[in-house]
Amino acid sequence: MKVNIIGAGVAGLTLATELIERGVNVHIYERSRYVGEQACSWFAGGMLAPWCERESAEPAVLHYGKTALTWWEKHLTGTNAAVVSKGTMVFAQVRDRQELSRFSRRTERFEWIDNEAISTLEPDFSGRFKQALYFPDEAHVNPRLALVALFELLTKKGAHFHFNQSVEPSEFGGETVVDCRGLLAKPEWSDIRGVKGEMLIIRTEEITLNRPVRLLHPRIPFYIIPREDHHFMVGATMIENAQRARFSARSMLELLSSAYALHPSFAEAEIVEMGVDARPAFADNLPRLQKDGNIWRVNGLYRHGFLLSPSMAIKAADAILNQDDKVEQMNEYLS
Amino acid sequence: MLDLYGTRIQNRLLLGTAQYPSPAILADSVRESGTEIVTVSLRREAGGSKEGQDFWALIKALNVRVLPNTAGCYTVKEAVTTAQMAREVFQTDWIKLEVIGEEDTLQPNVFALVEAAEILIDQGFKVFPYTTEDIIVAEKLVELGCEVLMPWGAPIGTGRGLNNPYGLRTMREHFPDTTLIVDAGIGLPSHAAQAMELGYDAILLNTAVSGAGTPKAMAKAFAMAIEAGHMAYLADPIEMRDMAQPSTSMMGKAFLS
Repeated sequence: MKVNIIGAGVAGLTLATELIERGVNVHIYERSRYVGEQACSWFAGGMLAPWCERESAEPAVLHYGKTALTWWEKHLTGTNAAVVSKGTMVFAQVRDRQELSRFSRRTERFEWIDNEAISTLEPDFSGRFKQALYFPDEAHVNPRLALVALFELLTKKGAHFHFNQSVEPSEFGGETVVDCRGLLAKPEWSDIRGVKGEMLIIRTEEITLNRPVRLLHPRIPFYIIPREDHHFMVGATMIENAQRARFSARSMLELLSSAYALHPSFAEAEIVEMGVDARPAFADNLPRLQKDGNIWRVNGLYRHGFLLSPSMAIKAADAILNQDDKVEQMNEYLS
Repeated sequence: MLDLYGTRIQNRLLLGTAQYPSPAILADSVRESGTEIVTVSLRREAGGSKEGQDFWALIKALNVRVLPNTAGCYTVKEAVTTAQMAREVFQTDWIKLEVIGEEDTLQPNVFALVEAAEILIDQGFKVFPYTTEDIIVAEKLVELGCEVLMPWGAPIGTGRGLNNPYGLRTMREHFPDTTLIVDAGIGLPSHAAQAMELGYDAILLNTAVSGAGTPKAMAKAFAMAIEAGHMAYLADPIEMRDMAQPSTSMMGKAFLS
């Protein structure tokens, strides 16, 4: 069987991986010159944090998100993009301490930890916070290395990549095609909206982090994630707008002051990169799979690209191979 | 019926649209509460681009009136510019005027508020000013032509309820003919009911619903409490007294001591 996939972002690459492992002849069409050039997953945090995300996401995000931990582990072990399984730490400033108890009421699988435990897990944060929530079962990946690792894995297994090819799903005649283009699929799937996100990559040797850290804030869910070579990813804004460019001064102020509130050493960091893109989302912020003749569509991963794409890829691959158009949707999962 | 610049409204809950877990949950909350007016802040991060229209489309699909606001504005100029942009985007001359004076309490800068209200009323806007319970400021606003006043219950987002019930009661007595809406600081349905029992005409809130664990249920709870409070106000509640007074008639009972 041959399947054509349009879009080499996290949705397209995870699906291609699932299909090729089931013996499918996979062709991937991507309008950019290389993996990640125009994919919004390039700007992702890469947190595999289903328990933390449950604070404001539907139960389905926790249910399907757990699969991500094993899926990425299985596919990235032995590559330079290995999954880091050290959990997540959640802090709040003294003035926002109620946010921490609210967060704890709406999540599970965490431990309340005190300064002593914080000092053991994150020595550079010793004495900065009296308490924190620690989610030991969560993990993270470097999304850029992970996308490239999947690309290499797919190439090795014989997938055919067609870069620099801007194609439409209708151009494939009767062949099976899966549209994984995110916001670019909007003309055919008008319910999709863009949610703009801005992120920073900064570099400092003054501070070490072992795991993603979240700082609860009444307005933006701020996080900072350690990356290779003293780099940190600082994210991310969520603005109801489909704009894929234009980093605003206000967002810069908010992201940097959150980093500074987390630890003053971040004030000395070098700003390496400012990233902006828009996440494709449906009204319930859950992804969907749709079939229209020979054309399948996978879309709406929102801010959960790395968390939900494995479950979505498995569901889509099952459905495509069984020609099953009554596939269970993620948005039908309620509790 | 609630009268807002000549528009008659049945439901006395006005709901903010920010910070919901998803637009679908916002839509459920609006439907469940029966609210007829939502406030929307014009996000200026887009730099005037039209790409934010997906969210407006979702708001439009709710089929309710939109009261645009100038949330997060700190100066007269910012507020006026935002109001003008909002009029264009939402095609309405209603504007919830908010000029913030201070970052920690987000309390209104009433001097700038009066100044901005004058400019906007001159330009034909129907201004819904977010103000304090200060009666002199309120008088200025009414003099300028505001037919609706929106005093705070407590600072925005605190959920503390009515910080100054005395001040709010005085304001109600002072402005018997002006539409008064408690805006901000409401955390629980009982806070909203209390304001309605004082004779307030409506309640505007956002975080108490959007930040709840189940926004849809909380929206409904608020709608019910607001209706109950309003009904109680109209029913003319009894006065408080110091001595107990039996509710069962004493007639015919012997006085033994």
